[in-house]
Amino acid sequence: MGELRLMKGNEALAEAAIRAGTDGYFGYPITPQSEVIEYLMAEKPHERTGMVVLQAESEVASINMLYGGGGTGKKVMTSSSSPGISLMQEGLSYMAGGEIPCIVANIVRGGPGLGDIQPAQSDYFQSVKGGGHGDYRLPVLAPASVQEMSDFVPIAYELAFKYRTPVLIVSDGLIGQMMEKVELFDQMPRLTDEEINEKYPWGTNGKPKGQERRILTSLDLDPHKLEKHNFKLQEKYRTIEENEVQYELIDCEDAEYIIVAYGSSARISQKAVQLAREEGIKVGILRPITLWPFPKNAIDELVVGGVKGFLSVEMSAGQMVEDVKLTVRERTKVDHFGRYGGVIHSPEEVLEALKSKIIGG
Amino acid sequence: MSDIAIVDIIKPENLVYEKTKLMTDKTLSYCPGCGHGTAHRLMMEVVGELGQENDTVGVAPVGCSVLAYEFMNVDMQEAAHGRAPAVATAIKRLWPGKMVFTYQGDGDLAAIGTAETIHACNRGEQIVIVFINNGIYGMTGGQMAPTTLPQMKTSTSPYGRDIQTMGNPLKITELVAQLPGTYYVTRQSVQSPAAARKAKRAIKKAFQNQLDGKPGLSFVEIVSNCNSGWKMEPVQSNEWMEENMFPYYQLGDIKVDGKLL
Ligand SMILES: Cc1ncc(C[n+]2csc(CCOP(=O)(O)OP(=O)(O)O)c2C)c(N)n1
Ligand code: SF4
Repeated sequence: MGELRLMKGNEALAEAAIRAGTDGYFGYPITPQSEVIEYLMAEKPHERTGMVVLQAESEVASINMLYGGGGTGKKVMTSSSSPGISLMQEGLSYMAGGEIPCIVANIVRGGPGLGDIQPAQSDYFQSVKGGGHGDYRLPVLAPASVQEMSDFVPIAYELAFKYRTPVLIVSDGLIGQMMEKVELFDQMPRLTDEEINEKYPWGTNGKPKGQERRILTSLDLDPHKLEKHNFKLQEKYRTIEENEVQYELIDCEDAEYIIVAYGSSARISQKAVQLAREEGIKVGILRPITLWPFPKNAIDELVVGGVKGFLSVEMSAGQMVEDVKLTVRERTKVDHFGRYGGVIHSPEEVLEALKSKIIGG
Repeated sequence: MSDIAIVDIIKPENLVYEKTKLMTDKTLSYCPGCGHGTAHRLMMEVVGELGQENDTVGVAPVGCSVLAYEFMNVDMQEAAHGRAPAVATAIKRLWPGKMVFTYQGDGDLAAIGTAETIHACNRGEQIVIVFINNGIYGMTGGQMAPTTLPQMKTSTSPYGRDIQTMGNPLKITELVAQLPGTYYVTRQSVQSPAAARKAKRAIKKAFQNQLDGKPGLSFVEIVSNCNSGWKMEPVQSNEWMEENMFPYYQLGDIKVDGKLL
């Protein structure tokens, strides 16, 4: 059993960053996630593990610090919230193109624009469809508890280095700010420089003696070569889609209706399911843990199994619902419910929507 | 004369100059007459002379020198437009034993990347910034740069830079010299052998500062030509640079060993 602590989601993420052997965290304050860098600065991780923590001049700088550091083979991470993540999109596109591993956590708040500082899930499109320019995808993990804010950090690093890609942890202000009991995993050692060079020979950290120099770039002026590079990236994305889907099924064995929900919405929907079942409505939850790759097969199996309707519950005007619809392909009813702009829906509202939009609708 | 064979001439004792070891064999992509190539060579000579071939990481962002990684035979990263100082910051922080440099144009360093430039300097990152100031956007076809001289014609200031509406040429080098985080700030040029020798000494000093762990960033501006962007012959462009650029961007050291001169 690991160490138990009562922590905010943001603090759990920060502590997990230290324990996962992060070499460098680069970030810029923004509500509702400033606790991440505040916790890291207070913790003096340099004394604990040698980890570097730096407050950058902007999110543009933070993401490019990740580009530089990640490009040398080090484990690097940043966190921000929606407007800051928008500023990072050019950098993320460069990192996808240059195949640089890193973790970017987005503690989503209401938008568009400056929006507000309340929880939201309206960055789904930006997270799973690309976000920046060019043809690319990023694996997206969606924690639904403070525990998962911690647990998903090492998982994200594993994916990031296995596939040489940035990985997003997409949470929201509710999970970032709320306090829960969390069991922390034990400290993992940071890799030594020698270990990094052995494991990641692509890292540009000084040309090895007697060997060719390493180059990190996302540029190729020859369109045919760039197309080839894109083929390679697409092949990688297919592999990720085949192997890395993660989801959770809650009360789905006998379910006639399914709520599809991630993060905070999945937590709220659990209460809605309880209320529904008290009324004899058989409803379950499919919780995507990876937003990309999206659990298409799981939804497909539920459709084939005879589910009568899906309600996508998200704190957005309806984004993930498009992916649910793409998978269901009109074989059964699909609709969306969600409050947004920083408003959190209640379990009662979710149940009401299920009744009006799916069961009765 | 005709009976002297080439082998009689190519002898070690006759050798006065050779190809820079740390430049690759790739043909430079720069326009003939452009100063970028000379600046590359000087930097790679310095890295070689300091014995840092295996311990150097270079960062070249977008601009004509975006392909610097094709020519500089050390580990290289290509960075987004303007972001090289942030990229280099992380490399140096995570690999403090390595020598890290950026190589940036004026559009890159003094327009889109101003924030990254100022803050890397202000934090006193122990890196070297080599800043090529050619007063124009070379790569994108000759648009106005923050460093474009008053009345200078470019494709986006076709009637000449009007300082009332387009701002004044930015002396960012003097600006960063004011920051306590910079340790060495100098302005050089490479248009003649004498100038190139001086520039090389400055580049060497900058890299030596980093090697010695001197507190702060070393910043080397090189006022250079862009004969294509300026629409001039190479020789004419160098004359124009001497006559017009040098009076505004005065050559020489601005800050040495952390002290303003
Ligand atoms: C975000 C972004 N904006 C614009 C560009 C287009 N662009 C490429 S290079 C450049 C200017 C380069 O000028 P400078 O930095 O002075 O270098 P030079 O080419 O003169 O050596 C511009 C505007 C880009 N690549 N990325
Ligand atoms: S466009 Fe200008 S800066 Fe670019 S290579 Fe040609 S002369 Fe040099």
